[in-house]
Amino acid sequence: MATATLISTNDFCTWHQVEYTFIHSLHDAGLVEIRIVDQAEYIPETELQKLEKMIRLHRELDINIAGIEAITHLLERVENMHEEMRSLRNRLRLYGEE
Amino acid sequence: MAFIDYYKILGVEKTASEKDIKNAYRKLARKHHPDLNPNDAEANKKFQQLNEANEVLSDPEKRKKYDKYGENWQHGEEYEKHAQQQRSQSGRQQGGFSSGGTQGFDFEGFGDGGEDFSDFFQSMFGGSGRSRSQAKYRGQDYNAELNLSLKDVSETHKQTLTVNNKQIRITIPAGIENGQTIKIAGHGGPGANGGPAGDLYITFTVANDSNFRRSGADLHSTVKLDLYTAVLGGEVTVDTLTGKVKIKVKPETQNGTKVKLKGKGMPVYKKADESGDLYVTYDIQLPTNLTDKQKELFTELSKSE
Repeated sequence: MATATLISTNDFCTWHQVEYTFIHSLHDAGLVEIRIVDQAEYIPETELQKLEKMIRLHRELDINIAGIEAITHLLERVENMHEEMRSLRNRLRLYGEE
Repeated sequence: MAFIDYYKILGVEKTASEKDIKNAYRKLARKHHPDLNPNDAEANKKFQQLNEANEVLSDPEKRKKYDKYGENWQHGEEYEKHAQQQRSQSGRQQGGFSSGGTQGFDFEGFGDGGEDFSDFFQSMFGGSGRSRSQAKYRGQDYNAELNLSLKDVSETHKQTLTVNNKQIRITIPAGIENGQTIKIAGHGGPGANGGPAGDLYITFTVANDSNFRRSGADLHSTVKLDLYTAVLGGEVTVDTLTGKVKIKVKPETQNGTKVKLKGKGMPVYKKADESGDLYVTYDIQLPTNLTDKQKELFTELSKSE
């Protein structure tokens, strides 16, 4: 497997000054993907933005893993609802023009 | 420069304890945190105000200065001189407001060295906040809006935008929808302490400057058809996004009949070789100002039923 788009968990933790255990707890809660290549742990680049947001919530607002889990699911629902609303608005616009 | 009531921002009394301030800040920060209010500029602004208020009121030294000179912030400098004299007299070496001991939120993640603080704050306390841990923080995400026409989004095109005095060239994929947002990674605010830059989010507003109505990748239009072509059949020229096309009209076409022109709709977003369809609805026009001869012929026609 190519590691070009994977970031070493070790490097990530050093960069962000977060504990391994925090990343592992997020992984255990199903909130972030960790890949193992040649016995080393990596975080896919596509997970970075999501993971950094969780770190901010934890560090800046003192939110624990359970809270982050709840917030993440709610934000996903909000995002889906926004998407649905946008699509419905565009459809309504279609009828308004008729 | 207006005076800012930091107590009012945090919703606490002037007599509030450090704990009260911390609790009030935390409660409001959770409500207005940008990560919990994506694409909400108002919440973002409110959050910056909260940080500023917390920065002052949670630091005993700054709070003392604010309480004493807050409404007369112009005298802050005099206070500084006086305090400096006192320090040199007592022989103590103390530097500015670097009291250390951080708790709660690290505002440096939201700008470079206090850039996001108000003029009032900068004037009273200088450009930077307390010295904090050297953790790297990702820069702030920026949001922008771009207005396009339906014609613009009918094909993939490149556009140059100026964001914070930097020019960036973006490719706008054909078929982008009204209200859709795309992310340009790394073009947001600069990170703090060597952290990565934030992202730029561009929301597109697609104005419909054409006679088409859009539904996803499909387009709809109405074409006027004269009675005789509708009854006897013939040809009609209709507009499409790529030009005019002639279509055959079947005899005895009813008013409101819809005809599908396959592949003549909008390109499907990020699927370059796929397009939606164009639905043409016939609006049959009855003749007006009939001549006597025409009336006679219609009468004859009606009797033949």
